[in-house]
Amino acid sequence: MEQITILEGREKHVFEKKTGAEQLDISCDTSSLSGSVSQRACVFCGSRVVLYPVADAIHLVHGPIGCAAYTWDIRGAVSSGPELHRLSFSTDLQEMDVIYGGEKKLYHSLIELIEQYKPKAAFIYSTCIVGLIGDDIEAVCRKVANETGIPVLPVHSEGFKGTKKDGYKAACHALMKLIGTGSTEDISKYSINILGEFNLAGEAWIIRKYYEKMGIEVVSTLTGDGRIDAVKRAHGASLNVVQCSGSMTWLAKEMEEKYGIPYIRVSYFGIEDMSKSLYDVAKHFPERPDIMEAAKQVVSEEVKELYPSLQKFKKALTGKKAAIYVGGAFKTFSLIKALRSIGMSVVLAGSQTGNKDDYARLKEMCDEGTVIVDDSNPVELSKFILEKEADLLIGGVKERPIAFKLGIGFCDHNHERKIPLAGFVGMYNFALEVYQSVMSPVWQFAPRKGVKV
Amino acid sequence: MKHAKTATQNACKLCNPLGACLAFRGIENCVPFLHGSQGCATYIRRYLISHYKEPIDIASSNFHEETAVFGGSHNLKIGLKNVSKQYQPEVIGIATTCLSETIGDDVPMIIREYKQEFKNGSPMPIMIHASTPSYMGSHIDGFHAAVRATVKTLAEQGTRENLINIFPNMVSPADIRYLKEILEDFKVPYMLLPDYSQTMDGGPWGEYHRIPPGGTPASAIAMAGSARASIEFGSTLEASKSAAGYLEEAFDVPRYHMALPIGIKESDNFFTLLESLTQKERPEKYNDERRRLVDAYADGHKYVFEQKVIIYGEEDLVVGMTAFLSEIGITPVLCASGGKSGFLKTSIQELIPDMEELGIKVREGVDFVDIEDEAKILKPDFLIGNSKGYTMSRKNNIPLLRLGFPIHDRFGGQRMHHLGYRGTQELFDRIVNTVIEQRQNASSIGYTYM
Repeated sequence: MEQITILEGREKHVFEKKTGAEQLDISCDTSSLSGSVSQRACVFCGSRVVLYPVADAIHLVHGPIGCAAYTWDIRGAVSSGPELHRLSFSTDLQEMDVIYGGEKKLYHSLIELIEQYKPKAAFIYSTCIVGLIGDDIEAVCRKVANETGIPVLPVHSEGFKGTKKDGYKAACHALMKLIGTGSTEDISKYSINILGEFNLAGEAWIIRKYYEKMGIEVVSTLTGDGRIDAVKRAHGASLNVVQCSGSMTWLAKEMEEKYGIPYIRVSYFGIEDMSKSLYDVAKHFPERPDIMEAAKQVVSEEVKELYPSLQKFKKALTGKKAAIYVGGAFKTFSLIKALRSIGMSVVLAGSQTGNKDDYARLKEMCDEGTVIVDDSNPVELSKFILEKEADLLIGGVKERPIAFKLGIGFCDHNHERKIPLAGFVGMYNFALEVYQSVMSPVWQFAPRKGVKV
Repeated sequence: MKHAKTATQNACKLCNPLGACLAFRGIENCVPFLHGSQGCATYIRRYLISHYKEPIDIASSNFHEETAVFGGSHNLKIGLKNVSKQYQPEVIGIATTCLSETIGDDVPMIIREYKQEFKNGSPMPIMIHASTPSYMGSHIDGFHAAVRATVKTLAEQGTRENLINIFPNMVSPADIRYLKEILEDFKVPYMLLPDYSQTMDGGPWGEYHRIPPGGTPASAIAMAGSARASIEFGSTLEASKSAAGYLEEAFDVPRYHMALPIGIKESDNFFTLLESLTQKERPEKYNDERRRLVDAYADGHKYVFEQKVIIYGEEDLVVGMTAFLSEIGITPVLCASGGKSGFLKTSIQELIPDMEELGIKVREGVDFVDIEDEAKILKPDFLIGNSKGYTMSRKNNIPLLRLGFPIHDRFGGQRMHHLGYRGTQELFDRIVNTVIEQRQNASSIGYTYM
């Protein structure tokens, strides 16, 4: 097989754990190398994924058609009511707009769309070109807000102005403008906001039910099954529970500073982390031991049902090897644990946007020989999948064909999944999906097994 | 309800650079490269992958704030160097985006500088540049711009060869394989561009390929200037924007320009043209295909007669489909496209002079909300087009027959045929079955023979 070398400027983003004592030296938190086919997207993408699930707002992309077209109905984020988020709106800027400015078109688009759809708010996303032609989006938004009486929020998500993480921040910034504008009357002292849970395949509903069983009020979910009115009163909660730390920690910190709401970081993937996320919330209310009791009750009931059902998968999957490449590093921690609980080891772990602390923790968790990568690309991923003889790749749509071409299983752990993987039931679904993909008889025909094709 | 018209809602088009990336994917050993933000490359990869189910690496020059202020030259050069090193391509297909176009990067000049600065004796990849600003046209314009730029960069003057160029337009990998089979059966040397029949629909890999095998070799494209003729599909495609147009202009290679050969009449035209260019009769196999198709038309005609459909998609696909539908007695009550060449109506009229009397309405530059508004009035029996019509199909309870690109919610879009007798046969079978299924489902009796 041909030798694949790592690009100059990329070597420092790759680390192989050899001995426990070795110093972790990994470069991350930088912008992608030109020409390296990063799996990352852009600032706009970061904002779009965070705000996307807000279902009673219109999301207008101010720019040429591509940015809106490629994000139309892109996520599996479901709503229990309105579904405005599943429509795609674009100012569809043309050459003349680029020359003479797009403010008028933006204004008319907004007025017409608000009249047609009667949304509770509007988010206006700036794209690359808007950052260049200098449209005063803030002014247009103010004007439209005045005329229509709904919040019209600019999201400064020009694609080239940073990385996906900056897009998360721009989205959080828009949310911060809404938070604090609603009434907090009648909110229980024993209440939380669920942050960074996007209700893919109804996951937020699963999580919410657990907390409600514990006697906790969920004030708002940011942004899964999101509603503008719920976002507006989020400052009334006693605690912020943050998943997908990459996207929402900034918002939690802002809310802590402005409203004195503390936050904890959790993950809902795998038995261990799911249970911990319930216990950690209960611990926050020590004066109510019944909450902890209820949490234990939830965990015990769920695990009692789940554990035996996992054994079939564990038996089949023990000894199999997985590669993980996902957006945020926090998810990899949970996935490593979840995979271990079904007998699998991890030979490659990486993320698009992890930071130094994340990678240090990842190194702690990983077995010897595991490769850790930051902001990787298809060539590198393939190299390590083959070298480490992985049986499974966990990633998103862009990683899927790499797995299938190389003849190994794949589990979609990204925005487009249609099956809930969070919560205890999610752990079952995860194990089932991994099992169904890794154990499929179709791989007997894959050339990697030495079969001639 | 009053409908907003300024904004585009649920677009029936994609952006210019997507088409260019797909076209560049049809050149052997070529890496598509977008000069712009990282997001463009990633979104387009994701969009293409969801249809083709193949890895598709698109490099990006990954603009930052400084890049936008001081120009993209530095980033483009580093990007080209890195792609050359990591992929060892023979060709790099560079397409611009709204960002690099708006700041006014002179890409050809940057490429010239790059060649000077980085020459080290070893051969450098061939660099093709297509200008594809996202704020002009749609994905199909980017597709043609890339094909034209490729020919412009590579084609050379030479003594007239017994060679036929064929530019099939944005068709499926299965369509491309079928066209190649036809040309091989005619035993005529040909240069088909772009050929992504293998790169976008290939086999499994025992080892990692930086660039998947397949595609039209640069050396073959070089011969295009000495071909005897070019056949170019796409009624709305102007010579000034097309590859065959360029070859005619620069090398006097005659351009035979026709609609996408869908349906018997247009397929006949295509085979007749091949016969006249090659001075050979079509192989009997194709007469067999045609006979089976005529027979199928007879067997199925009652199911489809006077059915009303809305057809949407790229303009040339719409024209080809409209010709086919009208020859089987289906009325395309609306022929719609998000594209806006200005030639959609005249192209349809050319093939179906009595279109107005038949009740065929044509609209270009529309989005899915416009199409939905029309559907409420026109009440079609079903819709024909890509997956993106599903939202309105579901909402209005109108069946959708999927074809073209993208097919994101069904399996096998890349293996779907549309062209020639074979493609028409496949489409006809699917259309008849759509009608039968609809009737069967609506029946209170549940006949097992239909």
